[in-house]
Amino acid sequence: MLGSIIAFLVYLFIVTYLGYLGFKHTKNASDYLVGGRQIHPLIMALSYGATFISTSAIVGFGGAAGTLGMGLLWLTFLNIFVGIFIAFVIFGKRTRKMGHNLDAHTFPELLGNRFQSKFIQGFAGIIIFLFMPIYAAAVLKGGTDFIQSHFGITYEISLLFFAAVVALYVWMGGIKGVMYTDAFQGIIMFAAMVFLLIFTYNKLGGVVSAHEQLGALYQNADVQPQIEKMVKGGFRGWTNMPAWGTPIWWSLVTTIVMGVGIGVLAQPQLVVRFMTVKSNRELNRAVLSGGIFIIMMTGVAFIVGALSNVSFFSESGKIAIAAAGGNDKIIPVFIKTFVPGWFGIIFFLALIAAAMSTLSSQFHAMGTAIGRDFYQKSLQKKGNTILITRMSMLLAIILSVVLAFLANKLDASMQIIATGTALFFGLCAAAFLPAYLSALYVRNISTKAIIAGMIAGFSVGIFCIFFVHEKEAASLQLCNLLFDKTSIVKDTALAKLALVDPIIFSFPASVLTTIIGYFVWKNKLSEEHIKHCFGGI
Amino acid sequence: MIGIPDPAIWIGYVLAILSVIACIVYSVKNWNKSDDPAPDAPEREINWEKEEDKINEML
Repeated sequence: MLGSIIAFLVYLFIVTYLGYLGFKHTKNASDYLVGGRQIHPLIMALSYGATFISTSAIVGFGGAAGTLGMGLLWLTFLNIFVGIFIAFVIFGKRTRKMGHNLDAHTFPELLGNRFQSKFIQGFAGIIIFLFMPIYAAAVLKGGTDFIQSHFGITYEISLLFFAAVVALYVWMGGIKGVMYTDAFQGIIMFAAMVFLLIFTYNKLGGVVSAHEQLGALYQNADVQPQIEKMVKGGFRGWTNMPAWGTPIWWSLVTTIVMGVGIGVLAQPQLVVRFMTVKSNRELNRAVLSGGIFIIMMTGVAFIVGALSNVSFFSESGKIAIAAAGGNDKIIPVFIKTFVPGWFGIIFFLALIAAAMSTLSSQFHAMGTAIGRDFYQKSLQKKGNTILITRMSMLLAIILSVVLAFLANKLDASMQIIATGTALFFGLCAAAFLPAYLSALYVRNISTKAIIAGMIAGFSVGIFCIFFVHEKEAASLQLCNLLFDKTSIVKDTALAKLALVDPIIFSFPASVLTTIIGYFVWKNKLSEEHIKHCFGGI
Repeated sequence: MIGIPDPAIWIGYVLAILSVIACIVYSVKNWNKSDDPAPDAPEREINWEKEEDKINEML
């Protein structure tokens, strides 16, 4: 424990020092041009990657791979192809340029200024403020689960400790978007995951041998009783996709792979990263390090998560979820039990870094969502902006901690972290993605069409979360309270819909409404404004 | 392939690696390309940076 504390203090010192350096550099007008956004593409990519990947991805989704198997690697593919390649090349370049043309500093502001709509900026700000705490809570839970296993203390005390660390980090200035701090955190994460991959494959006798042992586990007579319930749900082993159309298949494909894989494109805290680079050349270069970084994060977490079953079984005769005592505990308990103690310290730091880099950008987004987007720009109020921004950020932190506390009361066999994260990503895809894509590529679309698409996607998403998708509706209880069942389609001919993730309905609803709106409503934005938006694009 | 029997899994595994290779190839091919027809005016950049700092100060 002493080693972890010392390592943590050193980490905190470096992070604070880097934050201080970052700000010192941009203090006078000429420095803005020289030191401002002349950020090395590696730093940009690491910063983007560290913001993208959190304890949710490593602990939450790594744990989901421990339960559901290597099918999660499809998410890794989407993380790289959509989350890096398409995000940087198709969205990033235009976002950077348009963001500067419109002097936009937040994602809602980009949309609001592009469509000259205070409503869009305020509406997007409110969605971010109200729903991003769910994602922040998932990140907090990932860190808390690890601290709990690493130090052997209760979840509640671990969460309090972690919340205190987050508060300290925010107070020390970590919240301010400093790329160097994020990049440093990214380096720690990268080093830890490289070691974890080599260690795990090596321990199991190499890549092919490790996969074969994992495949054989499904047939093992001692394993069969442990997975009986899962097999009924469609599970066919950790190296096989679940049976098509079964509850586990729907959960894996629609919630985990598609929800997060597509939703990443409209993540407010990631979009703003594109605006901070100086030219498209930096984005072109950042694609390289971004791709490598992401495969080493989610790729490794999902492979190790799935392979942990082999280690757990040979040690205790139990599969990972049973041995660890819950889906979200798989990665923490695996690290604690099987890797050398010194690596546990490095991994502890890597996870703190992963959580901090994501949380700081989330709190930044939630603070500005209320202070700048809603209060200052949408309501056109002037005074007290600083107070309102800080208070909303404090409220967001408290709300996230409370949600992380409540999340531990849910059924531990559920992929709680992954589900919470996917919920927010899916909602962002539905509410923002068609609007964002249109903002960048469709010159003559009307503001009304965008508003209609956003409202349709958001409303359908919320309705499905609260009343249709049983996984969430059952936990939220509102459906049970009003209709006395965990999903309104339960026990009806449409019962299967309760298994389908909301994104499957909400995203097409948003796309369709936007397209219909495009043909129905004439664009009223002036030609001059459109030219200004697309200047240099 | 690579000890994984189900193509639906190993294709995902291979695609993840191929997409990283695609990222590397794209990046190297476009390493020095700015493909920016009109770089930002210096004043606009300075103003953008100043506003960004103001927001950070607020937080």
